[in-house]
Amino acid sequence: MDIERQQQIAEQASAPAAQGQHQSPVLTALRRAGADWAGEVLEAFGEVTAVVAREQIAEICSFLKTAPGLEFNLLADVCGVDRGPEEDPRFEVNYHLFSTTKFHRLRLKVLLTEDDPHIHTVTGVWRTANWHERETFDLFGVIFDNHPDLRRILLPEDWQGHALRKDFPLRGYEPYSLT
Amino acid sequence: MSVSLPPQFEVVDRPLDSQMTISMGPQHPSTHGVLRLELVLDGEMIVKTTPDIGYLHTGMEKLFEYKKYQQGIVITDRMDYLNPLGNNLAYVMAVEKLLGLEIPERAQVIRVLMCELQRIGSHLVWLGTHALDIGAMTVFFYCFREREKILNLIEAASGGRLTPSYFRIGGLMMDLPAGFERRCQQFLNDFPKAISEFHTLLTGNTIFQRRTQGVGIISAEDAIDWGLTGPSLRGSGIAVDIRRANPYTGYENYDFEIPIETGCDVWARYMVRMRELKESQKIVVQALERLKPGPVKADAPKVVLPDREAMKVHMDALIHHFLIVAEGFNVPAGEVYHPIEASKGELGVYIKSDGGPKPARVHFRGPSFVNLSALPHMAEGEMIADVVAIIGSIDIVLGEIDR
Repeated sequence: MDIERQQQIAEQASAPAAQGQHQSPVLTALRRAGADWAGEVLEAFGEVTAVVAREQIAEICSFLKTAPGLEFNLLADVCGVDRGPEEDPRFEVNYHLFSTTKFHRLRLKVLLTEDDPHIHTVTGVWRTANWHERETFDLFGVIFDNHPDLRRILLPEDWQGHALRKDFPLRGYEPYSLT
Repeated sequence: MSVSLPPQFEVVDRPLDSQMTISMGPQHPSTHGVLRLELVLDGEMIVKTTPDIGYLHTGMEKLFEYKKYQQGIVITDRMDYLNPLGNNLAYVMAVEKLLGLEIPERAQVIRVLMCELQRIGSHLVWLGTHALDIGAMTVFFYCFREREKILNLIEAASGGRLTPSYFRIGGLMMDLPAGFERRCQQFLNDFPKAISEFHTLLTGNTIFQRRTQGVGIISAEDAIDWGLTGPSLRGSGIAVDIRRANPYTGYENYDFEIPIETGCDVWARYMVRMRELKESQKIVVQALERLKPGPVKADAPKVVLPDREAMKVHMDALIHHFLIVAEGFNVPAGEVYHPIEASKGELGVYIKSDGGPKPARVHFRGPSFVNLSALPHMAEGEMIADVVAIIGSIDIVLGEIDR
């Protein structure tokens, strides 16, 4: 890689940081609501991410759902991320929240280790979490405790392994047959 | 006369109060793809619905991790195949957000123009198949006649009808062809007449009204709880449209209304989409007026492929072309979630980059996936024939659900 190319990448990487200098209203509202539960609150690319402890996820979600000034009443998405087998903690679960009254967004991030990929479900807070959590379980093997119906959703029930993990090969281990 | 039947066809006497489980699909024509529903019935009444999905799963999210960023665009076409330009836009904008690219004005206007044409096209397929499921055959042909004109316009611009891949990282594949505006204007002149034809065929039709009004009710609170977005949410009286809530690619400069209905039923969702056809047409008209000459690609030689002519005379253009195609371009490490208002609801793209030329993780939050998960709630207590109407009203595409 030539020097010019490296320089450009470095410039690009620093550019979004410069944009995020003025605090977003979500961040201010979070501070005002006393978000002491958040381990780390970052703002990058105009999006706010709060890293939270996995034991507290259900409580935090039900707090955010109704807290005045925040009102994150719609769970837009839950998605898992595998950072790779050599990383610790290995898994991330991202919750993307949206408010249908304030129109702002927030990402909650929970980190999970490979040995103990358990997290409490949020289906009690939003019923839409049901399928999102099933998908994350199916593709990453993250186990959502107290989920009402934790089955595979996209892959067949007798599938071995979790397909979106980094150590799962692109073409699988062997051809899958339905018969 | 008695006929002896093989044992599997033997008639079983059921007590009248017992429940029966039947499997609807995966080859049922009105499930819009390969969707299987496990219905528990009490007579004709639905007690429980369990959707079974995954028949079309092709591991697209896994595939993204093995492709360079620019190669991912063609995968997005194949998710929601009725709204491929919307998928292109969501993906491309998420990557552009990571790169911090500025998109030229003309490219943004064309993006809006094409997306709204695509939205009309997607709604027309919904309208035709929804009416067909309920039993009105004629509407289908009227809708596909209009959609053909839109597909011709998309083909003229991109070369592809169903898989255009027209939006690229940093702009467009190429500028609009000569005469596009005239052809688009022609479509716009004819379209209001087509909308009134649809209304004549369906809106005043008593059978259609009685099949849809008061069916598949989901209240505003439940709709939010189930994560519904798009026309399905607006049919429950909540005025949320991401084009307004979190504007992107210049939607804040266009004048359009967000149609809402408060009926919460199949009819309300029908009316919302019918009114959206008109609003989309309004946006297309405004976009045509805004179309001014200018570049359609961002000034980022390391990311955007150079012009063919420039490559023949400039050495650096040739080198950039080679590097982009052979190595790809590095995207700064980070993660973004970019939501857009697709024809079916919120289409969100989550991309996590580790700084290399291939994404570490790409996730698509498909509106069909989430809207379908609310089907059991909407279908509970309805008749079995109404399930077909309810599936039609949430406008699902299985390619996006299964990915």
